Amino acid sequence: MSEAPLSGRTLLPRLWNDKDIRSVVIQIIATVFIFGFLAYLVRNAFINLEALGKGFSYTFLWQQSSYDINQHFIEYSSRSSHFRAMLVGILNTLLVAVCGIVLSTIVGFVLGILRLSKNWLTNKLAYTYIEYVRNVPVLLHILLVHGIIVNSLPVPKQAINLNDGAFLTNRGFFVPKPTYEPLFWGVIAVFVAGLAFLLWFRKYARRVQDETGKHYPVFWVGLGAIIGAPLFAYFLLGSPITWDVPILQRFNFKGGLVVRPEFMALWLALSFYTASFIGEIVRAGITAVNYGQTEAARALGLSRGRTLSLVVIPQALRIIVPPLTSQYLNLTKNSSLAIAIGYMDIVATIGGISLNQTGREMECMIIVLLLYLVLSLLISATMNWYNNRIKLVER
Amino acid sequence: MTEMAGTPYKPGEHPDLPPPANTIGPIAWIRQNLLSSPSNIVMTAVSIWLLYTIIPPVLDWMFFDAAFTGANRNECRARVGGACWAFINERFSLFTYGFYPIQERWRVDLSFILLVAALIPVLYDGLPLRKFGLYFSASFPLLAGWLLLGGLGLEPVETDKFGGFMLTFVIGVTGIAFSLPIGILLALGRQSELPIIRIFCVVFIEFMRGVPLITLLFVASIMLNYFLPKGITFDLLLRVLIMVTLFASAYMAEVIRGGLQAITRGQIEAADVLGLKYWQSMRLVVLPQALKISIPGIVNTFIGLYKDTTLVIIIGLLDPLGIGRSSLADTKWTGLSTEVYLFVAVFFFISCFGMARYSLYLENKLQTEHSR
Repeated sequence: MSEAPLSGRTLLPRLWNDKDIRSVVIQIIATVFIFGFLAYLVRNAFINLEALGKGFSYTFLWQQSSYDINQHFIEYSSRSSHFRAMLVGILNTLLVAVCGIVLSTIVGFVLGILRLSKNWLTNKLAYTYIEYVRNVPVLLHILLVHGIIVNSLPVPKQAINLNDGAFLTNRGFFVPKPTYEPLFWGVIAVFVAGLAFLLWFRKYARRVQDETGKHYPVFWVGLGAIIGAPLFAYFLLGSPITWDVPILQRFNFKGGLVVRPEFMALWLALSFYTASFIGEIVRAGITAVNYGQTEAARALGLSRGRTLSLVVIPQALRIIVPPLTSQYLNLTKNSSLAIAIGYMDIVATIGGISLNQTGREMECMIIVLLLYLVLSLLISATMNWYNNRIKLVER
Repeated sequence: MTEMAGTPYKPGEHPDLPPPANTIGPIAWIRQNLLSSPSNIVMTAVSIWLLYTIIPPVLDWMFFDAAFTGANRNECRARVGGACWAFINERFSLFTYGFYPIQERWRVDLSFILLVAALIPVLYDGLPLRKFGLYFSASFPLLAGWLLLGGLGLEPVETDKFGGFMLTFVIGVTGIAFSLPIGILLALGRQSELPIIRIFCVVFIEFMRGVPLITLLFVASIMLNYFLPKGITFDLLLRVLIMVTLFASAYMAEVIRGGLQAITRGQIEAADVLGLKYWQSMRLVVLPQALKISIPGIVNTFIGLYKDTTLVIIIGLLDPLGIGRSSLADTKWTGLSTEVYLFVAVFFFISCFGMARYSLYLENKLQTEHSR
């Protein structure tokens, strides 16, 4: 066998049957093919851009944008640059993503717990709600909520008056705007001190418990330190916040803080949509913890609450966190649907109006895609860090 | 005590007593499930109060106070205070077929009937001659494509006439049919021992999962022409179909990778020992087990894709939501957004809930381990 001549007819099959050589060949072919294809696309793009006389440059970012954005956290006007419009868009996306993540987590955990309720009626109500919300497209929820706000809420003249300072209208939700006096820094200082104290106290309580078995009520002490103490300081310093209450002018409210209908619709729809998924994740996570764990904790004499907080929840979190991460990512990506109702996020600013005004499709879309990739990576990294912290420590 | 120790028990002497009355029947059920503890009673009360405040007004609005006929919005609103379904009534064919030519609509109906016929052998395995049924299912996309697009003896119809529920079905079914095989290939590529193949698959999957579908649709609608040689252009619907399929297949790949990782190394080694080649061992040993585990995830991805078809309205295709939105611009019917969106929501709910239920049924059927 080994003396068989290496003629052309047997060489090829032989090389093909050698696993190492074959894998190298396959990879070389794949690389050549894929890079060739990409090079072809890029070449076409250059030729086409050349033909249109556009070139590829980002100088347009410093031209005047000439459009208005009604919700901006940094100074912005129609005379600002496209770059600044992009920054406003990024901030708006971040705002709705962060607010959405907070609200959807709260609502989601409540739904998950209701789904575990022994009460048949509550359980089925939560089930119906979850099934309805998650089987309907999120875009539809956004449009529905927006439609209800714009079409069904009253005009500012007949605003729904909540508590003489907050008004619900179809132009948005008007609330008093806080203006901080210098003394307010004192309250913030107390809050920071309380937070530092809480962190130290948690460590200390853990050490004492490890050494002596004595238990401190960390939760209540913490609550006092970060909420009670600042509240006390606030009243002690003579309430150093003045409220700028919105006042009805001829057509609209003036002053105060306005939460616009677009933001409200996007925020509520995204949060409640994502919450229905989080609810199911929480329920699955908690039911996945073996019931023996609860029984063992009860047998050790832990109270019901401590069984939950020390035994069940830490184990459930390990199951909950990875799918929760992907829900947060989904929420952030779904915030791009803002464009359907005219909320000015990344897609609507740089990928929408700026793109149409300057005709720089390629450059604008590359920015938008990169921004979302970075955002996704950041959220993944944060949640992975948290997941590693709570992970089961194995040998 | 004395009795037990005393007289011996004779079989049949003491007939079985019925269970205590307070542990069976509806009353016991209510006591156990609704009123077992003070907190439980409070929850029941709150739930009933919620139902009482929500259900009657909603029912009134949707049915009892609603207008089902009327020529325009004001006529609707003048008579009753509830929903105005007359609008949906008037536009129903638009919602179903979009702008598909009226005399050719039988082709859409026929494709839909064939779709149902093609789904039966796929979804239900107790059929006689199922094998031939599956051949028919496999050829369905071609057949439907011919029916809807025309050509070869049928009047050609441009894809910009597609719309309504029909468009949802076209995008949804195409995406579902093609994203599964592509997803399987991507998942295998990501698990491959060949580093370069693995890197390509990882980059593709992570890129697709990292950006929103809407930006990809923008790319498809405004940028794709730049990447093609001059003069060559293809249909917007086709571009959307490709993007939606690629997007869904990246998610599909991750779901299937989860299933692949759950298969123990021993299975692959056993297949190697039996002399199976790579593709044989994947097809006969690994994938059947991996796909079975990933069924819930796969169906969830299908549902996600199906719901995502609504996003095409943002680049100007007219799915039911798009039809509804453009109809709302008609001055005869302004301000009826709630009715339109609820109508479309019901359609999506029925489709997606149905898929989820089927997935549960399939999971139970394929469950070969002993249930606990």
